[in-house]
Amino acid sequence: MPATKPRIATTSLAGCFGCHMSLLDIDERILQLAELVDFDKSPIDDYKQFTQHCAVGLIEGGCCNEENVAVLRDFRTHCDVLVSIGDCATMGGIPALRNMVTIEECMQEAYVSGPSVYNPSGKVPDNPEVPLLLDKVYPAHEVVKIDYHLPGCPPPADTLFAALVALLSDEPIKLPYQLIKYD
Amino acid sequence: MTKPSEAVARQACQDVNLDPTRLLDVLHIVQKECRCVDDSAIDAIAAEMGIPRVRVDGAVTFYTFFTKEPVGQITIRLSSDIIDRLQGAQEVADALTDELGIDFGQITADGLFSLHWTSCIGMSDQAPAALVGDTMVTHLTAETARLMVRSLREHKHPPKLVQELGDGKNAHPLVHTMVKNNIRQPGSIIFGPINRGEAIRKALGMTPVEVIRAMKTSRLRGRGGAGFPAGLKWEFTRAATGDRKYIICNADEGEPGTFKDRVLLTELPDRIFAGMTIAGYAIGAQEGIVYLRGEYAYLKPYLEEVLAQRRVEGWLGQDIAGKQGYHFDIRIQLGAGAYICGEETSLISSLEGTRGDPKNRPPFPAQHGYLGYPTVVNNCETLCCVTKILENGAATFSEFGTEQSSGTKLLSISGDCTAPGIYEVEFGVSLQKVLEMAGATQVQAVQVGGPSGQLIGPDQFDRVLCFDDLATGGSIMIFDQSRKILDIVHAFMEFFVEESCGYCTPCRVGNVLLKEGLQRVLDGRGEPADLEQFEQVGAMMKACSRCGLGQTSWRPVVTSLQSFRDQYESRVADDPDGFRRSFDLKKAVATAEKITGRKSVHA
Ligand SMILES: Cc1cc2nc3c(=O)[nH]c(=O)nc-3n(C[C@H](O)[C@H](O)[C@H](O)COP(=O)(O)O)c2cc1C
Ligand code: SF4
Ligand code: SF4
Repeated sequence: MPATKPRIATTSLAGCFGCHMSLLDIDERILQLAELVDFDKSPIDDYKQFTQHCAVGLIEGGCCNEENVAVLRDFRTHCDVLVSIGDCATMGGIPALRNMVTIEECMQEAYVSGPSVYNPSGKVPDNPEVPLLLDKVYPAHEVVKIDYHLPGCPPPADTLFAALVALLSDEPIKLPYQLIKYD
Repeated sequence: MTKPSEAVARQACQDVNLDPTRLLDVLHIVQKECRCVDDSAIDAIAAEMGIPRVRVDGAVTFYTFFTKEPVGQITIRLSSDIIDRLQGAQEVADALTDELGIDFGQITADGLFSLHWTSCIGMSDQAPAALVGDTMVTHLTAETARLMVRSLREHKHPPKLVQELGDGKNAHPLVHTMVKNNIRQPGSIIFGPINRGEAIRKALGMTPVEVIRAMKTSRLRGRGGAGFPAGLKWEFTRAATGDRKYIICNADEGEPGTFKDRVLLTELPDRIFAGMTIAGYAIGAQEGIVYLRGEYAYLKPYLEEVLAQRRVEGWLGQDIAGKQGYHFDIRIQLGAGAYICGEETSLISSLEGTRGDPKNRPPFPAQHGYLGYPTVVNNCETLCCVTKILENGAATFSEFGTEQSSGTKLLSISGDCTAPGIYEVEFGVSLQKVLEMAGATQVQAVQVGGPSGQLIGPDQFDRVLCFDDLATGGSIMIFDQSRKILDIVHAFMEFFVEESCGYCTPCRVGNVLLKEGLQRVLDGRGEPADLEQFEQVGAMMKACSRCGLGQTSWRPVVTSLQSFRDQYESRVADDPDGFRRSFDLKKAVATAEKITGRKSVHA
């Protein structure tokens, strides 16, 4: 494989992986994509760290905890172009529903007083494995500079594919109405 | 102690003959007697009037002066307008919180006082000012604020705070206020010689169509801000089909920095009422309504008295001035603290006894206005001009001013100058000239036309006041070199966030985006992209907002960005790593650190 192929990285932050599933929905076109790019850090190839600088980073989900922030900043540092994909990344999405209550209330309900919670200690877990939550859920562009946004929950496979191909071949993107219509 | 709110509410509904369009009056009564309109009052009103509960609840929560939680027996509402703030409202606020031992939004333990911020109360020429009950208290200082609270504790009667009376009719026993007119420069139209009755007599001697033609010849344009030709508006309304028609006088005067209608209502109510009577004749209306902003409630008894006198003299009622078949009368509707109700379709919603939400236009009020009938809404000053046009003739009127903007304009001048107050100037006067008249030196910026107007710097002071250049409903706020432009703009955006009715997303969200972006820039965490976003958001709001508020409320930000770009640019920078400078990880994890008792590994 020629070493000049652009590299792309992807991550799922405060998302449900639905956007990544949608990316996989491009089906056999994944072969076409593989012609165009090499994957770097991504759940698709399970690279946990960046190995090289990348042309494009795809961001699913916004930031709900400090680890999301660290990963997103890492992406900003390692990628020329960042694309927020899906409503969680572009607007906070479902996770941002918690922005309507305080984080104290949220953790109290989740770990202590919720009707289905069994927690005799009455304490909020403080295991270092669990990243600290942020005061609210932030869309990706409120944490780092984001170059492009693709809305949708998730954006359909065809939309993702069209956007990626356009971006990688440096051509103007053509998104017919059907691909960005969400009702 | 107090009667149950339910009983008060039922009685109030009976008092207005169960007429749901009088909902505001009912709510005023309940609020006054019970210090709030609670859920049981809301239930009672809905049941008694046979209207949906949500309509009553919606109205209660819409207007600043109605509350579901009790307020103090004496409410102290301090004007939060930028002019008041620059002239010491914060020191007054600190003195009040200290003296009362409560914060803003709270009520004292004995229930005697509650403290509130409120949008501009129309006293920018005598700021800082507060509305105490219905009593205006002007020129406050930290010291007089403390004294005020102490004397209120003793007599519990806000009108007793008035010791020195204002000039002119402010001293009338029914007005009895310390408010001053501050008429610095009377002109020859509005403040010209008064010839009582002459205008109506002349109008009634003409046919309605001739009256409208006179308005068109005078080229009179509306003085409330939008500048729509008055004659044309009357013509459309006359031509529209409807069993009844209405003329409404817009006395809501909510644009911060404007107070000229206050002075007109105090000194020239006869002119306003005569203007309405003539408009009624011209369009074929028998009923006029004055929508008086709640803040000016102190003028209502006096205005009622003037109306009563006019009825006695035959200027209102049946067969006016002996003209067989022309019947016309006027009533006053008191608003309840909502800036948006100055917008004519919101005003109409409010008059109909609902939330003051704007309506879709078209249809315009001229076709489909109050209760669906063809309606003219005119500003107080426009109506004053009407009488003068009839007295002196349309041609004489249009000799003043410019081709597109005939006549004179009342300016409400406030801020950093030696002589704030009312100036009647001819259209076409330069801003520079106006600043000289007001005794303003070292001027850094002027906000022309209120927050929804434009903020301009000295390089544009040679521009002239008229509809084609610097259009203004009359508000001129002057800021000298010592003032911080971005703080001023931020105060305006706070105002719009507060006053947006929230109906449509571009305005509800757009104002917040602008305010938050401005805060980032003020905090030194802005980026050049924020400035670009201001312009994009502004363009979006202009194109997509439902009414005039959102269509213009972006202007303080965008016009100041044009005039004072360096003040913005010196505060923004790009982050070398492409991280957002406004995102503060330390702050974002602080609470979680406290809850879990563990330090962040990334912050
Ligand atoms: C947000 C907003 C507030 C307004 N407030 C007032 C007001 O307080 N007084 C007023 O006369 N016009 C106000 N207007 C303008 C009215 O909608 C309307 O154009 C005016 O009353 C018409 O009267 P005129 O033609 O005599 O000026 C406001 C408009 C908007 C969009
Ligand atoms: S946008 Fe929808 S599909 Fe994508 S991560 Fe969020 S919830 Fe899942
Ligand atoms: S523009 Fe603002 S004030 Fe006007 S309808 Fe929309 S939300 Fe309400």
